[in-house]
Amino acid sequence: MYRYNEIDRRMVTERVAQFRDQTSRHLAGELSEDEFRPLRLQNGLYVQRHAPMLRLAIPYGVLSSRQMRAFAGVTRTFDRGTGHFSTRQNLQLNWVSLEDAPEVLAELAKDDLHAIQTSGACIRNITTDPFAGVAPDEVSDPRPWAEILRQWSTFHPEFAYLPRKFKVAFSGGRDDAAFVRINDLGYQLARNADDELGFRVWVGGGLGRTPILAKVLREFLPWQDLLSYSEAILRTYNLHGRRDNKYKARIKILVHALGIEEFARQVEAEWAPLKDGPATLTEAEAARITEHFAAPDYENLPKFDTGFEFAKRHDREFAAWVARNVHEHRVPGYAAVTLSLKAAGQAPGDATAEQMDIVADLAERFGFAEIRTTVAQNLVLPDVKRSALFKLWQEVGAAGLATPNIGLLTDIVSCPGGDFCSLANAKSIPLAKAIQDRFSDRNQVADIGELKLNISGCVNACGHHHVGHIGILGVDKQGEEYFQITLGGAWGIEAALGKVIGPSLAAEEVPPAIERMVANYRVFRRPHERFIDTLKRVGPESFREAVYGNSSIHEYAKEATNG
Amino acid sequence: MAKLIKNRDIVEDNWKVLTLAANDTPETVKLPVGPLLVPLSVWRARRAELVRREWEQHDPLGVWLAPEDDPADIAADLDDFSVIAIHFPLAADGRGYSIATLLRTRFGYRGELRAFGDVGRDHLHYLHRVGFDAFVVKQPELAIASLDDFSEAYQAAANQPLPLFRRTLTA
Ligand code: SF4
Repeated sequence: MYRYNEIDRRMVTERVAQFRDQTSRHLAGELSEDEFRPLRLQNGLYVQRHAPMLRLAIPYGVLSSRQMRAFAGVTRTFDRGTGHFSTRQNLQLNWVSLEDAPEVLAELAKDDLHAIQTSGACIRNITTDPFAGVAPDEVSDPRPWAEILRQWSTFHPEFAYLPRKFKVAFSGGRDDAAFVRINDLGYQLARNADDELGFRVWVGGGLGRTPILAKVLREFLPWQDLLSYSEAILRTYNLHGRRDNKYKARIKILVHALGIEEFARQVEAEWAPLKDGPATLTEAEAARITEHFAAPDYENLPKFDTGFEFAKRHDREFAAWVARNVHEHRVPGYAAVTLSLKAAGQAPGDATAEQMDIVADLAERFGFAEIRTTVAQNLVLPDVKRSALFKLWQEVGAAGLATPNIGLLTDIVSCPGGDFCSLANAKSIPLAKAIQDRFSDRNQVADIGELKLNISGCVNACGHHHVGHIGILGVDKQGEEYFQITLGGAWGIEAALGKVIGPSLAAEEVPPAIERMVANYRVFRRPHERFIDTLKRVGPESFREAVYGNSSIHEYAKEATNG
Repeated sequence: MAKLIKNRDIVEDNWKVLTLAANDTPETVKLPVGPLLVPLSVWRARRAELVRREWEQHDPLGVWLAPEDDPADIAADLDDFSVIAIHFPLAADGRGYSIATLLRTRFGYRGELRAFGDVGRDHLHYLHRVGFDAFVVKQPELAIASLDDFSEAYQAAANQPLPLFRRTLTA
């Protein structure tokens, strides 16, 4: 992983000093709330329901054991002992006081951690595939490029006051890990006809009130042009994005209004004078950064480990975990392992300080002291020897992190919702728990197979409900909490936005409705057919009927046609 | 007289900013005496008169741009101005940062570039990096320290044409 040098470190400590000064001026009444707000946001500090929420950056979801321990430390000291790993691969603390925030950041800076640009109308923390660098089928490792763009976007003086937040994702090229289509800007690693490395560039994706999937801005961009081209995109957006209405201020609205061809023309025109200028990446710089992500000292291991195979055959629980939580690795004899933060009764993505410490230890003992966070709110140990999986599984299980549910119905992605977030219409965490309770039979959940369920507490869609196979959105109906259900969303390059199936439901109606939809799937499915594929094949009607029965559908149809 | 930060010094500000009231038009608005910053619309409407005024009365001339103004519109006129000012009606409106960048790096403006409006000390460092060298800011004596909030930067900007990787690696 990237190791800070003296300059990187200096920038973070200077940021802490700057923020400390800003906070004390605010507390002394010299800086009004209006003046202070954008400054604290660019340091990850929101004002929430109970206390400020502090969002700490995990650049492209990679952190060391040492850093995980630092997180555990501040979670214990300044929070109530539980952190939330978010869908932006960041860590959120919900109980840090404003007065303490500079101290938390000073503490974290010792381990090269910070909260720079985790919020605000600027370039946010970059996300990527949690299996970057270890996935067997990637075109190339996205992490060096994400790091190069992280440096470029950090304290970029021109792009700190954009019309709205700006999210960037990198993909190693693998289909299922490409969140590039729900980001403002997505770089998907690709090779051209001459086998040169570069990116397919996606722009204008985003969920929220107006969900839109990103479009291809450029089929191929040579890697040398990554920074100059990004500059052209950001400048075009900064100058021409709407600022009169915050719901229309994301780049997706600009791209939509201009059309992708015209937007691309403007970007190319802006880029022409920048191309081949000083921002052009050099071989030396690419090599310097890539070197930080060089493969660790893997051992030469056989592809199959007999002990592992034996354990899998003789321990069904272990086999169930392997089936869901263990992933192929490009190096023979190794595997990547997902630690589930989705145990029954646990708020999705939450981990206690103790669990963070345990994970930090496990990453050292079973890997190369590196941990990844995932957009689906879990943790990953990227480099585990197959021969050690059984032992790891036992320890992970003892820590409550071995729920064998990755990609299954109970691997619910959920935003913090009304328990913490002041924008929420509804509480998403209790609903997630109620659904997990409803599906407490592990064998049943395994039998249902891959099913992505996402919950957002409001239209801001932090829980990515539009791209869940089943999406649940908290809505407000005359002051009451209700939930709207969408069906048919999908992630990845084949991303699709789910469609609303009918009138929204009260919280207690949701788990049985999901149960009925799942039952309907089991009626129609063909062998090995996933929920989403059955849904695509047979269409949503029977699912809708399963939720509402015949009569209410007609009611809804009437309502819909009457406008 | 008001003060401003200019080239890291605190100096008297003797410039007037001409704004159009509701019943003014660019063609008819009265031009006060002394160093004057005119809006883009006045510059376009009365270019010859403004140049003559500077020439004959020795009243320095500048133009000020609003966030929606296109700096390309004055790219050919840069030599006519002693000062170009960019207005920030709201600190959150960051278009001025791109306008400044374009004036400095694309159109080659070398004269005074001034930020005014909703400008606080916490904006100075970034403003300086994109090419501003003059700042109309509250309490300039205190604010000036914020110019140096950071001692290094990764990316190229108007005040540093090379990105960090071209400065450290080739050394
Ligand atoms: S989706 Fe809404 S409720 Fe949930 S975290 Fe985001 S803003 Fe808050």
